[in-house]
Amino acid sequence: MNWTWFHKLGSPKWFYQISGSWLPWLAIAAGVLLTVGLVWGLAFAPADYQQGNSFRIIYIHVPAAFLAQSIYVMLAVAGVVGMVWKMKIADVAVQQAAPIGAWMTVIALVTGAIWGKPTWGTYWVWDARLTSMLILLFLYFGVIALAQAISNRDSAAKACAVLAIVGVINIPIIKYSVEWWNTLHQPASFSVIERPTMPVEMWLPLLIMVLGFYCFFGAVLLLRMRLEVLKREARSSWVRDEVTKTLNAEVVR
Amino acid sequence: MSFASFGEFLAMGNHGAYVWSAYAISVAVLAINVALPLMARRRYLQEEARRLRREAQQ
Repeated sequence: MNWTWFHKLGSPKWFYQISGSWLPWLAIAAGVLLTVGLVWGLAFAPADYQQGNSFRIIYIHVPAAFLAQSIYVMLAVAGVVGMVWKMKIADVAVQQAAPIGAWMTVIALVTGAIWGKPTWGTYWVWDARLTSMLILLFLYFGVIALAQAISNRDSAAKACAVLAIVGVINIPIIKYSVEWWNTLHQPASFSVIERPTMPVEMWLPLLIMVLGFYCFFGAVLLLRMRLEVLKREARSSWVRDEVTKTLNAEVVR
Repeated sequence: MSFASFGEFLAMGNHGAYVWSAYAISVAVLAINVALPLMARRRYLQEEARRLRREAQQ
Protein backbone atom coordinates (compact mmCIF):
# COMPACT_ATOMS: atom_id res chain seq x y z
CA MET A 1 0.00 0.00 0.00
CA ASN A 2 1.12 3.48 -0.80
CA TRP A 3 1.38 5.63 2.33
CA THR A 4 2.63 8.90 0.84
CA TRP A 5 -0.81 10.54 1.23
CA PHE A 6 -0.67 9.77 4.96
CA HIS A 7 2.68 11.45 5.43
CA LYS A 8 1.66 14.37 3.25
CA LEU A 9 -1.38 14.83 5.48
CA GLY A 10 1.02 15.66 8.30
CA SER A 11 2.29 18.65 6.37
CA PRO A 12 0.30 21.81 7.23
CA LYS A 13 0.98 23.31 3.81
CA TRP A 14 -0.41 20.32 1.95
CA PHE A 15 -3.42 20.25 4.27
CA TYR A 16 -4.09 23.94 3.70
CA GLN A 17 -4.04 23.53 -0.07
CA ILE A 18 -6.16 20.38 -0.28
CA SER A 19 -8.71 21.59 2.29
CA GLY A 20 -9.16 24.81 0.33
CA SER A 21 -10.55 22.84 -2.59
CA TRP A 22 -12.81 20.67 -0.39
CA LEU A 23 -14.31 23.45 1.72
CA PRO A 24 -16.68 25.04 -0.85
CA TRP A 25 -18.11 21.66 -1.86
CA LEU A 26 -18.70 20.61 1.74
CA ALA A 27 -20.34 23.96 2.48
CA ILE A 28 -22.65 23.69 -0.56
CA ALA A 29 -23.54 20.06 0.27
CA ALA A 30 -24.30 21.02 3.89
CA GLY A 31 -26.48 23.96 2.83
CA VAL A 32 -28.48 21.92 0.30
CA LEU A 33 -28.90 18.82 2.52
CA LEU A 34 -29.88 20.80 5.63
CA THR A 35 -32.40 22.93 3.71
CA VAL A 36 -34.01 19.93 2.01
CA GLY A 37 -34.04 17.87 5.21
CA LEU A 38 -35.44 20.73 7.31
CA VAL A 39 -38.32 21.55 4.93
CA TRP A 40 -39.08 17.87 4.34
CA GLY A 41 -38.98 16.95 8.03
CA LEU A 42 -40.97 19.97 9.23
CA ALA A 43 -43.65 20.20 6.56
CA PHE A 44 -43.89 17.01 4.48
CA ALA A 45 -43.05 14.04 6.69
CA PRO A 46 -46.19 12.46 8.21
CA ALA A 47 -46.95 13.03 11.90
CA ASP A 48 -46.25 10.17 14.31
CA TYR A 49 -49.39 8.25 15.29
CA GLN A 50 -48.55 8.45 19.02
CA GLN A 51 -46.47 11.60 19.43
CA GLY A 52 -48.15 13.74 16.80
CA ASN A 53 -46.01 16.58 15.51
CA SER A 54 -43.61 16.79 18.46
CA PHE A 55 -41.77 13.86 16.88
CA ARG A 56 -40.43 16.28 14.24
CA ILE A 57 -37.75 17.24 16.77
CA ILE A 58 -36.14 13.91 15.77
CA TYR A 59 -34.81 15.59 12.60
CA ILE A 60 -32.38 17.70 14.62
CA HIS A 61 -32.06 15.67 17.82
CA VAL A 62 -30.82 12.42 16.24
CA PRO A 63 -28.36 13.98 13.72
CA ALA A 64 -26.88 16.20 16.46
CA ALA A 65 -26.54 13.23 18.85
CA PHE A 66 -24.92 11.06 16.13
CA LEU A 67 -22.50 13.84 15.29
CA ALA A 68 -21.69 14.62 18.93
CA GLN A 69 -20.57 11.00 19.42
CA SER A 70 -18.81 10.69 16.05
CA ILE A 71 -16.79 13.84 16.72
CA TYR A 72 -15.58 12.40 20.03
CA VAL A 73 -14.47 9.18 18.29
CA MET A 74 -12.69 11.37 15.73
CA LEU A 75 -11.01 13.24 18.60
CA ALA A 76 -9.70 9.93 19.99
CA VAL A 77 -8.48 8.74 16.56
CA ALA A 78 -6.74 12.07 15.94
CA GLY A 79 -5.31 11.83 19.46
CA VAL A 80 -3.77 8.41 18.69
CA VAL A 81 -2.42 9.66 15.35
CA GLY A 82 -0.92 12.70 17.07
CA MET A 83 0.72 10.63 19.82
CA VAL A 84 2.04 7.84 17.57
CA TRP A 85 3.16 9.71 14.45
CA LYS A 86 3.73 13.17 16.04
CA MET A 87 1.55 14.69 13.36
CA LYS A 88 1.02 18.41 13.96
CA ILE A 89 -2.23 18.51 12.03
CA ALA A 90 -3.79 15.85 14.31
CA ASP A 91 -3.49 18.17 17.31
CA VAL A 92 -5.02 21.02 15.30
CA ALA A 93 -7.92 18.68 14.47
CA VAL A 94 -8.45 17.67 18.13
CA GLN A 95 -8.51 21.23 19.42
CA GLN A 96 -10.68 22.62 16.61
CA ALA A 97 -13.20 19.77 16.59
CA ALA A 98 -13.79 19.79 20.37
CA PRO A 99 -15.85 23.04 20.48
CA ILE A 100 -18.01 21.87 17.56
CA GLY A 101 -18.58 18.56 19.36
CA ALA A 102 -19.55 20.42 22.54
CA TRP A 103 -22.08 22.55 20.61
CA MET A 104 -23.57 19.42 19.00
CA THR A 105 -23.93 17.79 22.42
CA VAL A 106 -25.69 20.95 23.61
CA ILE A 107 -28.13 20.72 20.67
CA ALA A 108 -28.80 17.03 21.41
CA LEU A 109 -29.37 17.68 25.13
CA VAL A 110 -31.53 20.79 24.69
CA THR A 111 -33.72 19.41 21.89
CA GLY A 112 -33.99 16.16 23.86
CA ALA A 113 -35.19 18.05 26.93
CA ILE A 114 -37.73 20.02 24.88
CA TRP A 115 -38.91 16.79 23.24
CA GLY A 116 -39.10 15.07 26.63
CA LYS A 117 -41.66 17.52 28.04
CA PRO A 118 -44.61 16.62 25.76
CA THR A 119 -43.53 12.96 25.37
CA TRP A 120 -42.37 11.89 28.86
CA GLY A 121 -43.91 14.74 30.86
CA THR A 122 -40.52 15.99 32.09
CA TYR A 123 -37.60 17.97 30.72
CA TRP A 124 -34.92 15.94 32.47
CA VAL A 125 -34.47 12.61 34.24
CA TRP A 126 -31.20 11.25 35.60
CA ASP A 127 -31.31 8.10 33.53
CA ALA A 128 -28.43 6.34 31.82
CA ARG A 129 -28.69 7.81 28.31
CA LEU A 130 -29.19 11.39 29.42
CA THR A 131 -26.51 11.24 32.10
CA SER A 132 -23.92 9.65 29.78
CA MET A 133 -24.62 12.38 27.20
CA LEU A 134 -24.08 15.01 29.91
CA ILE A 135 -20.75 13.33 30.73
CA LEU A 136 -19.85 13.60 27.03
CA LEU A 137 -20.44 17.36 27.26
CA PHE A 138 -18.13 17.58 30.29
CA LEU A 139 -15.46 15.54 28.44
CA TYR A 140 -15.59 18.08 25.61
CA PHE A 141 -15.30 20.90 28.17
CA GLY A 142 -12.30 19.08 29.61
CA VAL A 143 -10.50 18.90 26.27
CA ILE A 144 -11.23 22.60 25.57
CA ALA A 145 -10.09 23.64 29.07
CA LEU A 146 -6.87 21.59 28.87
CA ALA A 147 -5.97 23.13 25.52
CA GLN A 148 -6.43 26.61 26.93
CA ALA A 149 -4.84 26.03 30.32
CA ILE A 150 -1.50 24.58 29.13
CA SER A 151 0.62 27.14 27.35
CA ASN A 152 3.26 24.72 26.06
CA ARG A 153 1.86 23.49 22.76
CA ASP A 154 3.33 19.97 22.89
CA SER A 155 2.22 19.36 26.48
CA ALA A 156 -1.27 20.67 25.69
CA ALA A 157 -1.48 18.40 22.64
CA LYS A 158 -0.44 15.37 24.70
CA ALA A 159 -2.89 16.14 27.53
CA CYS A 160 -5.80 16.67 25.12
CA ALA A 161 -4.95 13.47 23.23
CA VAL A 162 -4.85 11.42 26.46
CA LEU A 163 -8.20 12.80 27.65
CA ALA A 164 -9.73 12.19 24.21
CA ILE A 165 -8.49 8.58 24.16
CA VAL A 166 -9.49 7.77 27.75
CA GLY A 167 -12.86 9.48 27.38
CA VAL A 168 -13.85 7.45 24.34
CA ILE A 169 -14.91 4.68 26.77
CA ASN A 170 -18.03 6.81 27.30
CA ILE A 171 -19.15 6.32 23.66
CA PRO A 172 -20.12 2.60 23.93
CA ILE A 173 -21.70 3.45 27.31
CA ILE A 174 -23.92 6.03 25.57
CA LYS A 175 -24.73 3.60 22.78
CA TYR A 176 -25.68 0.63 24.96
CA SER A 177 -27.13 2.67 27.85
CA VAL A 178 -30.64 2.09 26.50
CA GLU A 179 -30.08 -1.69 26.53
CA TRP A 180 -28.04 -2.14 29.74
CA TRP A 181 -30.23 -0.06 32.03
CA ASN A 182 -33.92 0.68 32.33
CA THR A 183 -34.34 4.07 30.79
CA LEU A 184 -37.08 6.33 29.52
CA HIS A 185 -35.12 6.88 26.32
CA GLN A 186 -36.25 4.72 23.43
CA PRO A 187 -33.74 2.32 21.82
CA ALA A 188 -32.06 3.26 18.55
CA SER A 189 -34.42 3.81 15.62
CA PHE A 190 -31.61 3.10 13.20
CA SER A 191 -29.14 0.30 12.71
CA VAL A 192 -26.64 -0.44 9.97
CA ILE A 193 -27.69 -4.06 9.54
CA GLU A 194 -31.47 -3.93 9.86
CA ARG A 195 -34.14 -2.21 7.86
CA PRO A 196 -35.55 0.86 9.61
CA THR A 197 -38.81 0.29 11.47
CA MET A 198 -40.07 3.71 10.38
CA PRO A 199 -41.82 4.25 7.06
CA VAL A 200 -39.59 5.56 4.27
CA GLU A 201 -41.17 9.04 4.19
CA MET A 202 -40.12 9.43 7.84
CA TRP A 203 -36.55 8.08 7.75
CA LEU A 204 -35.44 9.45 4.39
CA PRO A 205 -35.53 13.10 5.58
CA LEU A 206 -33.76 11.93 8.76
CA LEU A 207 -31.00 10.34 6.68
CA ILE A 208 -30.67 13.58 4.68
CA MET A 209 -30.39 15.59 7.90
CA VAL A 210 -27.73 13.23 9.27
CA LEU A 211 -25.67 13.59 6.08
CA GLY A 212 -26.24 17.36 6.17
CA PHE A 213 -24.96 17.57 9.76
CA TYR A 214 -21.83 15.59 8.84
CA CYS A 215 -21.12 17.88 5.86
CA PHE A 216 -21.75 20.90 8.10
CA PHE A 217 -19.22 19.56 10.61
CA GLY A 218 -16.70 18.94 7.81
CA ALA A 219 -17.04 22.47 6.48
CA VAL A 220 -16.85 24.20 9.89
CA LEU A 221 -13.95 22.00 11.00
CA LEU A 222 -11.92 22.82 7.87
CA LEU A 223 -12.72 26.52 8.31
CA ARG A 224 -11.43 26.44 11.90
CA MET A 225 -8.41 24.23 11.16
CA ARG A 226 -7.29 26.37 8.22
CA LEU A 227 -7.24 29.50 10.36
CA GLU A 228 -5.38 27.69 13.16
CA VAL A 229 -2.78 26.37 10.67
CA LEU A 230 -2.20 29.93 9.38
CA LYS A 231 -1.71 31.18 12.95
CA ARG A 232 0.60 28.34 14.01
CA GLU A 233 2.75 28.45 10.88
CA ALA A 234 2.74 32.27 10.70
CA ARG A 235 6.55 32.40 10.38
CA SER A 236 6.84 30.14 7.34
CA SER A 237 7.06 31.68 3.89
CA TRP A 238 4.13 29.80 2.38
CA VAL A 239 1.77 31.27 5.02
CA ARG A 240 3.02 34.78 4.24
CA ASP A 241 2.37 34.17 0.54
CA GLU A 242 -1.03 32.71 1.30
CA VAL A 243 -2.05 35.64 3.54
CA THR A 244 -0.86 38.18 0.97
CA LYS A 245 -2.80 36.35 -1.74
CA THR A 246 -5.96 36.28 0.40
CA LEU A 247 -5.57 39.95 1.33
CA ASN A 248 -5.28 40.88 -2.35
CA ALA A 249 -8.32 38.79 -3.25
CA GLU A 250 -10.55 40.03 -0.41
CA VAL A 251 -10.24 43.70 0.44
CA VAL A 252 -9.87 43.68 4.23
CA ARG A 253 -9.78 47.04 5.98
CA MET B 1 -47.69 18.41 2.65
CA SER B 2 -48.90 16.96 5.92
CA PHE B 3 -50.66 20.18 6.99
CA ALA B 4 -53.92 21.62 5.58
CA SER B 5 -53.07 25.28 6.24
CA PHE B 6 -50.19 27.52 7.29
CA GLY B 7 -51.90 28.08 10.63
CA GLU B 8 -51.90 24.34 11.28
CA PHE B 9 -48.25 24.19 10.27
CA LEU B 10 -47.38 26.84 12.88
CA ALA B 11 -49.53 25.16 15.55
CA MET B 12 -47.89 21.72 15.01
CA GLY B 13 -50.94 20.08 16.62
CA ASN B 14 -50.55 21.91 19.98
CA HIS B 15 -46.83 21.09 20.03
CA GLY B 16 -45.82 24.29 18.23
CA ALA B 17 -43.97 25.78 21.20
CA TYR B 18 -41.83 22.65 21.60
CA VAL B 19 -41.09 22.03 17.92
CA TRP B 20 -40.34 25.65 17.04
CA SER B 21 -38.23 26.40 20.11
CA ALA B 22 -36.15 23.24 19.48
CA TYR B 23 -35.61 24.21 15.84
CA ALA B 24 -34.92 27.87 16.65
CA ILE B 25 -32.27 26.98 19.26
CA SER B 26 -30.61 24.47 16.91
CA VAL B 27 -30.51 26.86 13.96
CA ALA B 28 -29.07 29.55 16.24
CA VAL B 29 -26.33 27.19 17.46
CA LEU B 30 -25.47 26.16 13.88
CA ALA B 31 -25.32 29.86 12.89
CA ILE B 32 -22.97 30.60 15.83
CA ASN B 33 -20.72 27.73 14.69
CA VAL B 34 -20.40 29.28 11.23
CA ALA B 35 -20.19 32.92 12.36
CA LEU B 36 -17.46 32.54 15.01
CA PRO B 37 -14.74 31.06 12.74
CA LEU B 38 -15.65 33.47 9.92
CA MET B 39 -15.30 36.44 12.28
CA ALA B 40 -12.05 35.07 13.70
CA ARG B 41 -10.66 34.65 10.18
CA ARG B 42 -11.63 38.23 9.30
CA ARG B 43 -10.03 39.55 12.48
CA TYR B 44 -6.82 37.62 11.73
CA LEU B 45 -6.65 38.96 8.17
CA GLN B 46 -7.24 42.53 9.42
CA GLU B 47 -4.36 42.16 11.88
CA GLU B 48 -2.11 40.77 9.16
CA ALA B 49 -3.03 43.62 6.81
CA ARG B 50 -2.16 46.16 9.52
CA ARG B 51 1.13 44.40 10.24
CA LEU B 52 2.09 44.34 6.56
CA ARG B 53 1.29 48.04 6.20
CA ARG B 54 3.40 48.82 9.27
CA GLU B 55 6.30 46.81 7.93
CA ALA B 56 6.03 48.52 4.54
CA GLN B 57 6.32 51.95 6.17
CA GLN B 58 9.50 51.13 8.03
